[in-house]
Order: sequence, then C-alpha cells, then structure tokens
Amino acid sequence: MASFFNPGFGRKHPNQYADRLPPGQYETHDFPVLTAGPTPRIPIESWTFSLTGLVDTPVTWTWDQFQALPQQEFTVDIHCVTKWSKFDTRWHGISVETLLEHIIIKPEARYVMAYSHGGYTTNLPLDDLRQGKAFIGMGVDGEPLAAEHGGPARLVVPKLYFWKSAKWIQGLRFMAHDQPGFWEQAGYSMYGNPWTEQRYRSDD
Amino acid sequence: MARIEWQLGEVIAIIQETPTVKTFRLKLPNWTAQLPGQHYDLRLTAEDGYQAERSYSIASPPEQLGEIDLTIEWLEEGEVSAYLHEGVTIGDLIEVRGPIGGYFVWQKTMVNKPLLLVGGGSGIVPLMAILRHRSAIKATNPTRLLYSVRTPEETIFGQELDRLMGQDATFSRTITYTRQAPEHWTGNRRRINKEMLAREVGQYTEPPLCFICGPTELVELAANLLVDLGIPAPYIYAERFGTTRPT
Ligand SMILES: Cc1cc2nc3c(=O)[nH]c(=O)nc-3n(C[C@H](O)[C@H](O)[C@H](O)COP(=O)(O)OP(=O)(O)OC[C@H]3O[C@@H](n4cnc5c(N)ncnc54)[C@H](O)[C@@H]3O)c2cc1C
Repeated sequence: MASFFNPGFGRKHPNQYADRLPPGQYETHDFPVLTAGPTPRIPIESWTFSLTGLVDTPVTWTWDQFQALPQQEFTVDIHCVTKWSKFDTRWHGISVETLLEHIIIKPEARYVMAYSHGGYTTNLPLDDLRQGKAFIGMGVDGEPLAAEHGGPARLVVPKLYFWKSAKWIQGLRFMAHDQPGFWEQAGYSMYGNPWTEQRYRSDD
Repeated sequence: MARIEWQLGEVIAIIQETPTVKTFRLKLPNWTAQLPGQHYDLRLTAEDGYQAERSYSIASPPEQLGEIDLTIEWLEEGEVSAYLHEGVTIGDLIEVRGPIGGYFVWQKTMVNKPLLLVGGGSGIVPLMAILRHRSAIKATNPTRLLYSVRTPEETIFGQELDRLMGQDATFSRTITYTRQAPEHWTGNRRRINKEMLAREVGQYTEPPLCFICGPTELVELAANLLVDLGIPAPYIYAERFGTTRPT
C-alpha cells in the first residue's frame, strides 16, 4: 500500500514533536474526554483505593490516608486511541511502585485488572505498572484532577493508549492470567501499544 | 480475530447535505455488515509518506450492502475534513478500515427497549444509522431524538427526519436551534439543557436507553443531566467527537 497516496494531501499543522508521535496520531493542545457513559461523581468521604487479588494481605486507603503517601511529579506524553496525543502533560501523584511497597504480591501474579468507581475496568501486564512506569495521578498543572478527566484520581500508564489509564481508579486487582476489561471486551486491544498501533483486538 | 485491514474504498457519490457537510459514499471491496453506531477509521497519505488518521461514524444502515456513507463536517483548518471537502471527487480512492466499535452500538437485544437519541451537529451521524436501521427492520420501540443544531441550513438529514416522523408514529424528533431559528419558530432556541431533557425523559413510561453523540462538551453535559434526571448510568451510551475548537 506504500505506493498509494491521496493527490494534493499534505500536513496542515506543523509538528515539532514528529519523533514522539506514534503512527496514526496527531497532536492536540486541549484535553479531550473519552468515556463510555456519564462522568461518575465520587464524594471524597467514600473514596477508597485498594490493592487486592493475588496479594498476601490486601490493603485499602481512604482519601486522607492516600494523600499522605509520598507524591511525585511526572511529565509524560499521552496517546489516546481516538487519535490524539498530548505532549509534556505535567502531573502530580503517587508512583504505583510506592504503593506496591505496602503489599507482597503472590508469585503467580502476572496481570492486573485496574477497576474504577462506576464499574470501569481495564487489564494490564503487571510489568507495565512497575518501576515507575505508572502512577496514580491526582492533579495536572498543579490543579486537582477534574472529574471528567478521571478525578479525584486516575491511573496513568503513559506507554500504553490512554484507555488503559483508568479514570476514577478504585483499585488494582492482581491476577495470574490476562482477562479483558471494559473496552477490551468491546473489541479493543488487550495490550494497547501506540507505537505498533494496537488499537483493536484484531491488531494484537 | 482477523485483523481489520485497510482497504481502498472508491468514492461513488458525494452528497452536499448542508453548506458545510458532505456525505461521501464509498464502495468497499471488503464490506462487512456494521452495527448501527460503529465507525470506520479513515487514513490519508501524502506523497511524501505523511499520514493522518481520523474516525468517522457510518451514516448508512447495514441494509445498504457493499458500501458505506460517511457524513463529514468541513472544519476550517481541519487537516482531514478540509481535504475531503476540497480535494476529493467521484472516482477517487480513500483508505479506510472498519467497522470498528463495540460499545456505542444499537444491539439486537435493544430493539424492544425505549430509546432516546441526543445529538449535536455531526453527532447526528451514528444516530441516523440507528434510525435508518430501526426503520428498515420496522421496529416499534418508542424512540425520540433531541437534536441540537446551529441554524436551519445546518440541520443535517432534516428532511429525512421529517419524513421518518411522518411515517412512523413511534418516532418523534425535537430540534433545538442554538444560533438562529426558522421564522415563526415556537420550539427550543438554546443549547440542550435540563428542562429540555426532562421533557424528553417525561415522555417515556420506563427509562429509555440513551445514545448521546456530538462535541465533547455537549455529550458531557447531556450525559450528566440524564443521570440527574434519574436515568441509570448503564443505560447511557456516549460518543464524543472531540472539540471542534482548539484551546
Ligand atoms: C468515534 C468518532 C466518530 C466520529 N464521527 C464523525 C462523523 O461522523 N462526522 C464528522 O464530521 N466527524 C466525526 N468525528 C470527528 C473526526 O474524527 C475528526 O476529529 C474531525 O473530522 C476533525 O478532523 P480534521 O483533521 O478535519 O481536523 P483537525 O486537523 O484534527 O483539527 C480539528 C480542529 O482543530 C483545529 N486545529 C487543529 N490543529 C490546529 C493548529 N495547529 N492550529 C490551528 N487550528 C488547529 C482545526 O481548525 C479544527 O477546527 C468522529 C470522531 C470520533 C472519535
């Protein structure tokens, strides 16, 4: 198909980050929203975050306890399967690695189901959450995270398409085998690598 | 699952729907029946290899065999939409792959459930696919459409919606004009708000399944208002087309 082109078509908006743009993506300066349904509103009083499944002793934090954990700043590029990418987004939050210090994961655990207030789920390999590769984001540009972007807290896994970065995160459940989450059951990729364009299940 | 492959569709018709919206009818070598609500990805390639991809909902129903209608709004400075509007003529080839999307779809199991469609601008496109399919299979589930448009000239599929309403007592549509209404208009002339949605929801005897599509702000607002009005969140299906203005 390399020989095919659309006569007269060319890049319209200059792109200074071409080497950071995965195939099929374009750069946006706003922060679009992708959610299957309405935005859940989660009162801080009833918010919790848990690590469950294949762990020796599950742990649950309240909002106040969670806030007290060591926070960091992260500057990352994000890539949404609906084709937009946004560069150098500035977050603050808690590294997943920091959370894992509070539990012992069972040896057979290889995958994680991230689950959210409101019922959303998404599956990820455990390795992709470890060693600073993922964090729980609680704010952007120094502001608390807005509800439509997943506030009060969302998972952020910059190396994968953004639907893997579950909004309104409620916990991580450790599993031995990979299982499809919400969008994955609806036909999206099990892994979601933007650099190889794993958008849909048939791209895996 | 076999990979959804790129294929070259031939433009066999171009229909000017409104001053800024055209429908591109593509004949596909590898057409498969879509579910109403699904979309195709469309890819343009420049001679130097640069590519741009966008998603476009399918306007046509699965009964229209072997081809798809993509109804596309021209955006000023839009990279893909402006090229399609300005640079494409009948006989041209366009790369697409699909059908895609497993959530914002009107499934067989939904055929007997009351249905509320809420659309803004080009967000009417997947809703039209639902209405066309619903009409083709002669479904009789109570169905309403609340459609927000800027002006009468910018109403996509306006006549077809009128015709559907005339033929089918179980379907009705309400339009709201946000910039300029027709002469002697006594209906809504503002952006979709809670009263408007409450009036729609009040027409049903049980909570309807809700499909909302359009610019992100409209979808966000309508979905939250429907929850406020007591529609259970799992009944609400939302498709956000993105913002049409950069910020
Ligand atoms: C699932 C899905 C289904 C969709 N279905 C439809 C459909 O049925 N019909 C439809 O019309 N659309 C649909 N869309 C939207 C569509 O995918 C495109 O987003 C839309 O056509 C705009 O693409 P574009 O390349 O023309 O504009 P882009 O080049 O992406 O620009 C978008 C807007 O931003 C502005 N802009 C962007 N970059 C710059 C810059 N650097 N400087 C100045 N301005 C800039 C442009 O002026 C334009 O208004 C759908 C989207 C999704 C996610």
